[in-house]
Amino acid sequence: MTDSPATRAAQATPVGVARKIKGLSDRAIAWIFVGPTIFLLLAINIFPLIWTINLSFTDFRANRLNREVEYIGLRNYERILTDSDIWLNMQATAHFLFWTIFFQVLIGFALAYLINKKFKGNDLWTTIIVLPMMLSPAVVGNFWKFLYQPQIGLFNYVVSFITGKDPSSFEMLGSVQLAPWSIVIVDTWMWTPFVMLICLAGLRSIPDYIYEAAEVDRASKLRQFFTITIPMVLPFLMLAVLFRGIENFKMFDLVVQLTGGGPGSTTELTSINLKREAFEKWRTGYASAYAIILFVTVFGLASIYVKALNKVKER
Amino acid sequence: MKHLKLASASAISIAAASFANTAQAEDLTLCWAAWDPANALVELSKEFESQSGHSMSFEFIPWPNFADRMLNELNSGGKLCDLLIGDSQWIGGGAENGHYVKLNDFFDAEGISMSDFADATVYAYSTWPKGTPNYYALPAMGDANGWFYRKDWFGREDIQAAYKEATGQELREPQSQKEMLQIAQFFQGREIDGQTVYGAAIFTERGSEGITMGVTSALYPWGFKYENTPGSYDMDGAVNSPEAVEALEFYKEFYETATPPGYTNSYMGESLDAFKSGQVAMAMNWFAFFPGLYADPNTGGDKIDFFVNPPQNNAGSTLGGQGISVVAYSDKQDAALEYIKWFANPDVQAKWWELGGYSAHNSVLNDPGFKDSAPFAGDFLEAMGSVQDFWQEPAYAELLLAMQKRLHDYIVADQGTAQEALDKLVEDWTEVFEDEGKL
Repeated sequence: MTDSPATRAAQATPVGVARKIKGLSDRAIAWIFVGPTIFLLLAINIFPLIWTINLSFTDFRANRLNREVEYIGLRNYERILTDSDIWLNMQATAHFLFWTIFFQVLIGFALAYLINKKFKGNDLWTTIIVLPMMLSPAVVGNFWKFLYQPQIGLFNYVVSFITGKDPSSFEMLGSVQLAPWSIVIVDTWMWTPFVMLICLAGLRSIPDYIYEAAEVDRASKLRQFFTITIPMVLPFLMLAVLFRGIENFKMFDLVVQLTGGGPGSTTELTSINLKREAFEKWRTGYASAYAIILFVTVFGLASIYVKALNKVKER
Repeated sequence: MKHLKLASASAISIAAASFANTAQAEDLTLCWAAWDPANALVELSKEFESQSGHSMSFEFIPWPNFADRMLNELNSGGKLCDLLIGDSQWIGGGAENGHYVKLNDFFDAEGISMSDFADATVYAYSTWPKGTPNYYALPAMGDANGWFYRKDWFGREDIQAAYKEATGQELREPQSQKEMLQIAQFFQGREIDGQTVYGAAIFTERGSEGITMGVTSALYPWGFKYENTPGSYDMDGAVNSPEAVEALEFYKEFYETATPPGYTNSYMGESLDAFKSGQVAMAMNWFAFFPGLYADPNTGGDKIDFFVNPPQNNAGSTLGGQGISVVAYSDKQDAALEYIKWFANPDVQAKWWELGGYSAHNSVLNDPGFKDSAPFAGDFLEAMGSVQDFWQEPAYAELLLAMQKRLHDYIVADQGTAQEALDKLVEDWTEVFEDEGKL
């Protein structure tokens, strides 16, 4: 008789342990295994979430532990939702989100499409293209700050070379009009390779025989692209959009390094504003309410999006 | 009660007197910002180490992160620092939140008198509530925002002639804020020795306190007041007065017409860089940097000179500087107090000034030779005579961040008017004080 894995596991169980668990049901044993994980999840994720919700109804300040905490109902939520400055932060975040995702998907897919063609040096180019996403956002932020410097920055010189404009006549990080685009450019430079890799995985998952069948049917390359490539890569693209959307909604380090939220509050994304409220102003209750609003927003949008993604996959 | 106080004071003095002999050697950690004076303090503290038997470690944090890092440390009851040279604005929070040890009994027991220190520094760095004889720090480092300029450029005949032709006036150290702007505008974009130079480096930083420190250097000379009546938190009409609006418009004009390109987020480091690289004719910065600037081989020596923040409607300089406090969470408070006692000694204070620290001790400042002891010493004395500080309330961080935002929005991002910026600031500050229960 061949030993099954279960039998082998039972034989390997030390006698002491076997004696202790003797008589326990399978369900109880399952709970013993799953319990620590569930406990950790509750302790690390669920409890802080409930605690944050609780704090969001108070005027608690983490830097004044001796101060009496008052429950103030929905006042924090009301203040946040009626604060025009916060709506400006939301707009800045939406601008950043939309345009970074738009450019990253567009360029990332184009690069993946090119890299997917077999040519000499294909692997080398792939490695070179993915280099930016391997760097630390703080490092990227710092060196782009130098590249954008109006007097010595390479970026301004390149633009000047192309357009003939004086390099010191425009400030990417200092201008209200250009600063939101400057952070979009850097994030696109850094994270397009990530979208490219996901698209590449999608492109390589399309079996060759589908294209061969299309060839037999005399479908044009353009038609193959729109009726085979795009629909089959779409779930991958949507996944990339989801990842980048969630990541960029909480974007902090790169933008802090580049602009610090300025000029004025032009590039002050919600995460930067939230950090200021929570750890510089120490309005813990207010910041908790702010965090809950952001959480609900991301969670809601992500849920709708995941449903759409599942529908696309089912097609 | 009187007897009890007397007895406790005697006990403290006996204990303090026996520090040096009986206390065990400790490793004390002193926390401060990472800048030139901190290096001088390391040098100075060697004497304390040899005298006391204690050893000293130092935790110096770069200025942009200093407040964040240290306030987090205090708020979490951290034991990293036994001694902290904290910013003047932290004194309210330090006292009310129990972060700093109250030093009155210790001062009484050790015979340390606050009248031995410059009044402005005691008021700003040591007392809470403001002006009351409740001391939470010993004045450690006097400082104010001042100016320095390229003396060699100002002295050149061709430049003087060009200035006279352009303005009809003599090129000299500015005597008013408006004259300073005129000089800066004259230098803006000018070719000097084949290089394009700019007017002045001023503070425009958004993240910590930069633009507020810069703008208050214009607000104070215009007569800015935080409240209509001190202590009333009645700000409407004071913070947004016509003089304040004029000063703010002045600073914006300065930023737009007389600073180097890309100067949108600049503070101490950028100001020093701009000056040392020969980009600007003038720059604002804290007096603490002046010894290092004077010693600079390229732009120091006879190429540089210094001046106090020029007056407009009145004299006024933005206060910098710090007091040294004992952190309440430290396990080595006795040794930390010993350091403070040693630091308060007039001889140590004299050496502190010699090494590049700005002593606030009267024995140093009132010395007849003090004014001539460094090219900026006289200006420092003058500045300290008319300094004004930002709010020192426990909620200072909220007050500061609100001002940073309103100023940067108006000056750098060019949004709204000066009047609107200051009106919004009054609203923000009112909300903070309402939350604090002070309004």
